[in-house]
Amino acid sequence: MRYGGGDDAVVALADIDFTVREGEFVSIVGPSGCGKSTLLRILAGLMPPTQGDASLASRPISGPRRDIGVVFQSPVLFPWRTVLANAELPVDVQGLDRKAMRTRALELLKLVGLDGFENRYPRELSGGMQQRVSLVRALIHDPALLLMDEPFGALDAMTRETMHIELQRIWMERQKTVVFITHSIAEAVFLADRVLVMTPRPGKIGAELTIDLPRPRPLDVVNTEHFGDYVKKIRAALNATGGAL
Amino acid sequence: MSHPITKGATGLSLRLLLIATVLGAWEAGVRYFELPQYILPPPSSIFEGLKRGVASGIYIEHIGVTLAETFMGFAVGTILAFCLGTAVAMSRRVEYFLYPFIVMFQAMPKVALAPLIVIWFGLGLTSKVINAALVAFFPLMVNTIVGLRSADEDRVNLLRSLAATKTQIFWMLRLPNALPYIFAGLEIAMIFALIGAIVAEFVGSERGLGMLIQSMNFNMDVAGQFGVLLILSLIGLFLNGMITGLRRRVLFWDRPRESDTSIRKDPAT
Repeated sequence: MRYGGGDDAVVALADIDFTVREGEFVSIVGPSGCGKSTLLRILAGLMPPTQGDASLASRPISGPRRDIGVVFQSPVLFPWRTVLANAELPVDVQGLDRKAMRTRALELLKLVGLDGFENRYPRELSGGMQQRVSLVRALIHDPALLLMDEPFGALDAMTRETMHIELQRIWMERQKTVVFITHSIAEAVFLADRVLVMTPRPGKIGAELTIDLPRPRPLDVVNTEHFGDYVKKIRAALNATGGAL
Repeated sequence: MSHPITKGATGLSLRLLLIATVLGAWEAGVRYFELPQYILPPPSSIFEGLKRGVASGIYIEHIGVTLAETFMGFAVGTILAFCLGTAVAMSRRVEYFLYPFIVMFQAMPKVALAPLIVIWFGLGLTSKVINAALVAFFPLMVNTIVGLRSADEDRVNLLRSLAATKTQIFWMLRLPNALPYIFAGLEIAMIFALIGAIVAEFVGSERGLGMLIQSMNFNMDVAGQFGVLLILSLIGLFLNGMITGLRRRVLFWDRPRESDTSIRKDPAT
């Protein structure tokens, strides 16, 4: 993946090659500026790669697709839509069956603990609640792949931990394939089946680690020796390649 | 800032007292210095003139004419401004060809065109409507362009990631997002339309409040002019109130927000 042309071109990503199994939760961890977000934009079909290709369910991702759900760093809600209408945005865009989707939206809102807030407006919600709405929006059209780009980066530590537990619960219930981008090592280890470590300039995958911790993982799993080992290994991989964190 | 003094009955009576003091000082000053009526009439004779005018029914017709010109000019000007603004905002090509004209017209004081417009379109309603439309046009067009272009990049990307078409992005995001700008533009355009109509009436007309001011001026009826000015500012308040009232209904979601929809973003990634 290159930016710009000629000699000024910046190679943002190089030699990235990985496969995510169906139903797998993969975290991609790396420092700021390592090209994580570029990678996500390619996977979301928002940006074509200059070389190589990405494919989902053996179909190449050549542009935005309907079977991908994205959760961005900020909730990106529409202030003129209610919580329910925000959650149903993909229904409006993709012209899905309104009736069936209404049931699904209410069910998902309940799943993330937002029942009773359907008719509120985003400005009446806290940051964590807003991000939960955006999670529902990403899940409503039942995408094959859920892309998450540092979705909890802007939340305070307490809310963040609650969201980790909830995301794990939702993932275990729905068995979605998830690619989760973060710059928090602990977050990556806590959530993922497998962690890919990205290193910058050019962005590439420096290490790969399978996280073998039983689920559901409680919050205090972070205090276990196993967890500490994983964190140490990832930190070492980041330091070895110059990606200071 | 809401200070305790600006609230409740005490605040209201203080304000009325201030207005009464100003009017009283004006009245006393005019009498004390024996200013002639044709320089500065005292409030008492302004109200006297107003009373006479209302009783004779002379205002009603002229108010009707000026309001009709203002509304028609506002409608024509803002509809054209919205359409052209949308075209410029959505198409680089349209922008490229229209930009020189836009810049030129923006820099020009539009009221200076009034004499020409009256020559071209006559003393009747048409020239007033055209002038009002012309003056009302620009604030809305500029705000429409800015508003449509100000859609948050993240929101655009979100819709694109859902495979939304350009038309869908326009209706679902760009247009509602532009509404606060459009309403700000409409507020200005409404008052500007009134100015445009009055100026065109100054230049040449047979009816309307601008014509009334003009003819009172020729007759040295300064008290009468003050009366019409008072009516004009009441009309201005009324027109502005219409737009802000509509705005409050349509833009219920656009209030000062403590917890914005976009929580803090990390600029580094």
